[in-house]
Amino acid sequence: MSTRLAKGGRLIDRAAPQDFTFNGKRLRGFKGDTLAAALLANDQMLVGRSFKYHRPRGIVASGAEEPNALVNMGEGGRFEPNQRTTTTELFDGLTCTSQNHFPSLEFDIGVLNNYAARFLPAGFYYKTFIHPRAAWKHVFEPIIRQSAGLGKVPKDRDADRYEQAYAFCDLLITGGGIAGLQAALTAGKAGKRVWLMEQTAHWGGRAPVDGVEIDGTPAEAWVKNAVQALEAMENVTMRLRCMAAGSYDHGYVLADEKVADHTPGDGRPRHRLWRIRAGQIIAATGAIERPLSFAGNDIPGVMLAAAMRDYLVNWAVAPGDRTVVVTNNDDAYRTAIALKEAGLEVPVILDARATVTGDLPAKARALGIRVEAGKAIAKVKGGKRVTSVAICAQAGQGAVLEEIACDAVAMSGGWSPVVHLWSHCGGKLNWDAAQAHFAPDPARPPLNHDGSALVVTAGAASGVLLAGDVLANATAAAGGDVAPVASGPVEAAMEPVWVMPQGATIDLRMKMWLDYQNDVKVSDVQLAAREGYSSVEHTKRYTTLGMATDQGKLSNINGLAVLADSLSSPIPQVGTTTFRPPYTPVTFGALAGEARGDIFQPLRQTPIHAWHEAHNAYFEPVGLWRRPYCYPRPGETHEQAVHREVVNTRTNVGLLDASTLGKIIVKGPDAGKFLDMLYTNVMSNLGIGKCRYGLMCSEQGFLSDDGVVARIDEDTWLCHTTSGGADRIHAWMEDWLQCEWWDWQVYTANVTEQFAQIAVVGPNARKVLEKLGGMDVSKEALPFMQWADGEMGGFRVRAYRISFSGELSYEIAVPASEGRAFWDALVTAGAEFGMMPYGTEGLHVLRAEKGFIMIGDETDGTVIPQDLNLGWAISKKKADYLGKRGQERPFLASPDRWKLVGLETLDGSVIPDGSIAPAPGTNANGQRNTQGRVTSTYYSPTLKRGIAMGLVKGGLSRVGETIEMTRLDGSTLQVKIVDPVFYDKEGEKQNV
Amino acid sequence: MKRYSVFAIAREALRYHQGWEKAWASPAPKSSYDVVIVGAGGHGLATAYYLGKNFGITNVAIIEKGWLGGGNTGRNTTIIRSNYLQDPSAAIYEKARSLYEDLSQDLNYNVMFSPRGLLMLAQTHHEVRGYLRTVHANNLQGVTTEWIGPEKVKELVPIMNIDGPRYPVLGALYQARGGTARHDAVAWGYARACSAMGMDIIQQCEVTGVRSANGVVTGVDTTKGYIGTKKLGIVVAGHSGQVADMAGFRLPVESLALQALVSEPIKPCMDVVVMANTVHGYMSQSDKGEMVIGGGTDGFNNFTQRGSFQHIEETLRALIETFPMISRLKMLRQWGGIVDMTGDRSPIISKTPLGNCFINCGWGTGGFKAIPGSGWAMAELVAKGEPGPLAEEFNMYRFREGRFIDESVAAGVAH
Repeated sequence: MSTRLAKGGRLIDRAAPQDFTFNGKRLRGFKGDTLAAALLANDQMLVGRSFKYHRPRGIVASGAEEPNALVNMGEGGRFEPNQRTTTTELFDGLTCTSQNHFPSLEFDIGVLNNYAARFLPAGFYYKTFIHPRAAWKHVFEPIIRQSAGLGKVPKDRDADRYEQAYAFCDLLITGGGIAGLQAALTAGKAGKRVWLMEQTAHWGGRAPVDGVEIDGTPAEAWVKNAVQALEAMENVTMRLRCMAAGSYDHGYVLADEKVADHTPGDGRPRHRLWRIRAGQIIAATGAIERPLSFAGNDIPGVMLAAAMRDYLVNWAVAPGDRTVVVTNNDDAYRTAIALKEAGLEVPVILDARATVTGDLPAKARALGIRVEAGKAIAKVKGGKRVTSVAICAQAGQGAVLEEIACDAVAMSGGWSPVVHLWSHCGGKLNWDAAQAHFAPDPARPPLNHDGSALVVTAGAASGVLLAGDVLANATAAAGGDVAPVASGPVEAAMEPVWVMPQGATIDLRMKMWLDYQNDVKVSDVQLAAREGYSSVEHTKRYTTLGMATDQGKLSNINGLAVLADSLSSPIPQVGTTTFRPPYTPVTFGALAGEARGDIFQPLRQTPIHAWHEAHNAYFEPVGLWRRPYCYPRPGETHEQAVHREVVNTRTNVGLLDASTLGKIIVKGPDAGKFLDMLYTNVMSNLGIGKCRYGLMCSEQGFLSDDGVVARIDEDTWLCHTTSGGADRIHAWMEDWLQCEWWDWQVYTANVTEQFAQIAVVGPNARKVLEKLGGMDVSKEALPFMQWADGEMGGFRVRAYRISFSGELSYEIAVPASEGRAFWDALVTAGAEFGMMPYGTEGLHVLRAEKGFIMIGDETDGTVIPQDLNLGWAISKKKADYLGKRGQERPFLASPDRWKLVGLETLDGSVIPDGSIAPAPGTNANGQRNTQGRVTSTYYSPTLKRGIAMGLVKGGLSRVGETIEMTRLDGSTLQVKIVDPVFYDKEGEKQNV
Repeated sequence: MKRYSVFAIAREALRYHQGWEKAWASPAPKSSYDVVIVGAGGHGLATAYYLGKNFGITNVAIIEKGWLGGGNTGRNTTIIRSNYLQDPSAAIYEKARSLYEDLSQDLNYNVMFSPRGLLMLAQTHHEVRGYLRTVHANNLQGVTTEWIGPEKVKELVPIMNIDGPRYPVLGALYQARGGTARHDAVAWGYARACSAMGMDIIQQCEVTGVRSANGVVTGVDTTKGYIGTKKLGIVVAGHSGQVADMAGFRLPVESLALQALVSEPIKPCMDVVVMANTVHGYMSQSDKGEMVIGGGTDGFNNFTQRGSFQHIEETLRALIETFPMISRLKMLRQWGGIVDMTGDRSPIISKTPLGNCFINCGWGTGGFKAIPGSGWAMAELVAKGEPGPLAEEFNMYRFREGRFIDESVAAGVAH
């Protein structure tokens, strides 16, 4: 039986009962309880089933190291699987269910695996399920998948929100026990900007539970004073419920603050993810008690000794009525004494050490507790709860000397420092043989940028376990020299015990659990060693030791000690597996933060966006922009809308929001020289007031972006880029200017968002602008491929005579703040001329009809300008430009390259997107040879038939030929190679 | 080699599994071998295996700086697919995928190849056109893929939100016989089979120098002494540059940290593998129940096997947007591996300036899926001294000629 005691409990408020349910049972706890404490108070020791054998699992720990007591918690949008009950604060109305069983926790059919356990040792699945081949996918794997997993699958969208924040400090201290508090006091008094965080809801850690006295006062009082003193320091920031998840290079620390897990739905963000840049980190993260490996050590009721003490002192919960204590150190005696003093029965303390001396054993004996030296547990009996233990000599093979009835076992195998933050970033460990643990090696810390120690440890994390040593160590870690004095009993040395009894027979070793959640036993690690999986990483992966949700906090050291023994190697030579973030699992939502839904990525909108929305635009994403694809009218499909927009632009006038077009100003005495390197053609000789189409290539020679460049004044050019390419090209420019040509006087500014740019396109374009009134937009005043500043309808504008459609076209830029008003003015002025807006798809069709290439369609990172018949835009005179050398390589200069052509079907239908032209025969790998592919294919509403562009071997030399292209259904279609300019070949319309 | 089977397990169970033999031997190196392979990752072990199986060359040592399978083979997200755009890529990845189909039977080791299907989501019109091109190409290459619409995507992955406000799913490139395998088992299975053929797998043995005479390799210096060899295969992924340097040549390769992470395990909820390149994330669910998630590469070269954190945030934002129900799952573990990237993001399987020295590297972010095909092609190159058709286009001299095999159009970030 586990139950709530009538008195005591330093963390609970008995005046504030909290109702909750577990598997539908209505239970009651108190404010201040953890969910695990409240479950134990209601005699709910059995809380789940293990991963592989579905064995009954009880609560074994009291903190973040708990491997067993995980539940499905909450409902609907607040449902969360694998919630660790030992770190969950109880709140009124909490609901939870146990995991990994069918049909019920008490009767789980999956326990059949347990009866077959002998046939399912570590790695059995690598040796079987091999034949027949199809059975793995269709039979074995589905069964294994269903049997594995732990928590249930969430169904709903998360109802909570998450916040992210940055912080900067001189010193980050993780862990709010006495070590962390003392370090913070020391550094705080020295004037450092200190952050102190504690993963639980309480300051003080273990010391108040263990009854330590500091500077003559009980630890509880010392902690209270320390917290008050720290709260009074303005340079100290303190955070409870805040877990330092990982440390990264250069003092970057990730911490997860559980703001409202215990007050769900109160409107606050659920978690706050802190991204902290710290000058130095003190890991005051304490130590974790190790289980002992004896047969039946996984039966519910077997618990870590210190955890049992926590439940008793913090929450007034007695995990059992009769508790056998088993240990290899003095600390566990504290548990026996606490139990006895609470009026509970401790029939025996089994101490594996041959001789037992020291203050604590003496006190236990004085209380009348039987202490057996050199004794061990041969086996724990019981199914869903401990019923008795069989005692044997630690030195032997497990012959039973005596059986003692009990309902709980408190075990302690010694303590391991929590070194995760130390190790994440490369801190090295030493094996401490006296305490049988790995502790940080102060001589080999993770390094800061300046070669100093990025992380230092304080207190138990350093491997010192007694309160006085902890305080001295923490003081020194924070640069202080006067530590408080702590008094406590003298403790005798522990003795490592990795297997209990030391000569245990195989049938016992098959019942000794190392990893409770993943069902890894001593015999499994020994099997891995026997089969040659002798690297600690092989053993981990072969047995799954330490791969459960606790990441081996309880099991790793015990497991590698067994491995070392099996290999007859010293433990430090075997080493540890890699410590990886996070320390305890972090909710995905917290890692993603507030970037969700509409703003999960930055959303870029043009100044005219609201108008598009109001006019039923169908948007498509273009980079982070959203651009109108078309503007469907009632009853129109998208395709019909696009066709209408194209026809109207060709016959009347269309209006396009081209604001997303990249606009980069390049300025300076060397700007012309720079642009001549950047573009394939010459830009330095462009006349002021003129525009020129230019191509940019990668160093490898492949076409990467295109656009019109305008010469603004003597040392200023404005480079238009593609909408998706603006940021990339700007970064590309800066890359060259900062890394290669840093001595050139060139300055760039990406002014894309500073201007709204609107294209007025079509035969009536000039009429619309004349109607608007203002600057002279006649052919004579503003010829094709020139620009001019002026005024139009009262707006300050810069008008470019450029065309991406083949029509008479003006692109007019106004300051972004006036973009919407100018658009509205154009809409009004254009009404009588049949003006309609058109979207990106219309733009694509218009340019394809003219045979203009589109970056990303005709190019894919493997195409050079020469392939696209753009040789005219490549200067023959320039000594160099980016890509020139690349383009001279044999494969790129080969006459066999695929080159741009027009394509049309014989029957006028549209060639399917992505079609490829096969060639006769196959290659050496048996793949069909090919001779070309389609790059853009549309229905042309202007020509009322399908048109396409493509790359074909031989290019324009093959105009007139008919080739075959693929359809996805396997059939082929006949396609004629034609000139890629389908509309207005002479270019008369754009130059009027 | 004693065969693994359910009967072997039953027999061993009766004697408490005391009779299992070592999966692979751990011998001391001999003074010389016909072939030395540097690197006991998946690619190195597979190379050795097919040298033995296809060419009868078994006087082979595979030497490994750390523990076998401990590099990218044991760190990746286990995705297997062959839906590549370019012919040489499709050929070698499809060879690999088809070898995976029978690998468990071939090796008598269950590598758990699970052809559960793989989706690459199209979330822009541009991406739709790109994947349609890939489907057309795959049809001609003999790789079975298909284009499916959003309804079919939803049917295959009910937990997916296909109507997100930013990038609704417009369809997907679907390879029904793509999937996953157990990464460690691939390395272990090959290692066991190599060992059974009499090859020596020598772990904890770092190469410190490459020796040659008259322009032809003669052996390697290692931390376990000098090992002579007639032929040398360098298959060391992230550290290719260093070993190549010892052999006296340079490589067009950069090394970067690529990250991955897993959630805590939950019951099965997603059978297929989903890759979403527009939003930068991919995810599958392991047999254990963990959601296995791939992130991006750092923007700077390094060897830390850690990676910087902002990639994890970007990846999770993308995946929560795609699968809203994962928001309350928790990240259990994150890690990094060092990937070796070439200029065209395609691998190198090539002769080198040093005679009888061959290199296999540059698999970048996509090496696991290629292991059997890579080993097959590399073995042919090492055995014959000349590349076969699978390897030919991947020679390292292609960069000089400009003969790139660029998959970026189809592969985006995840590869």
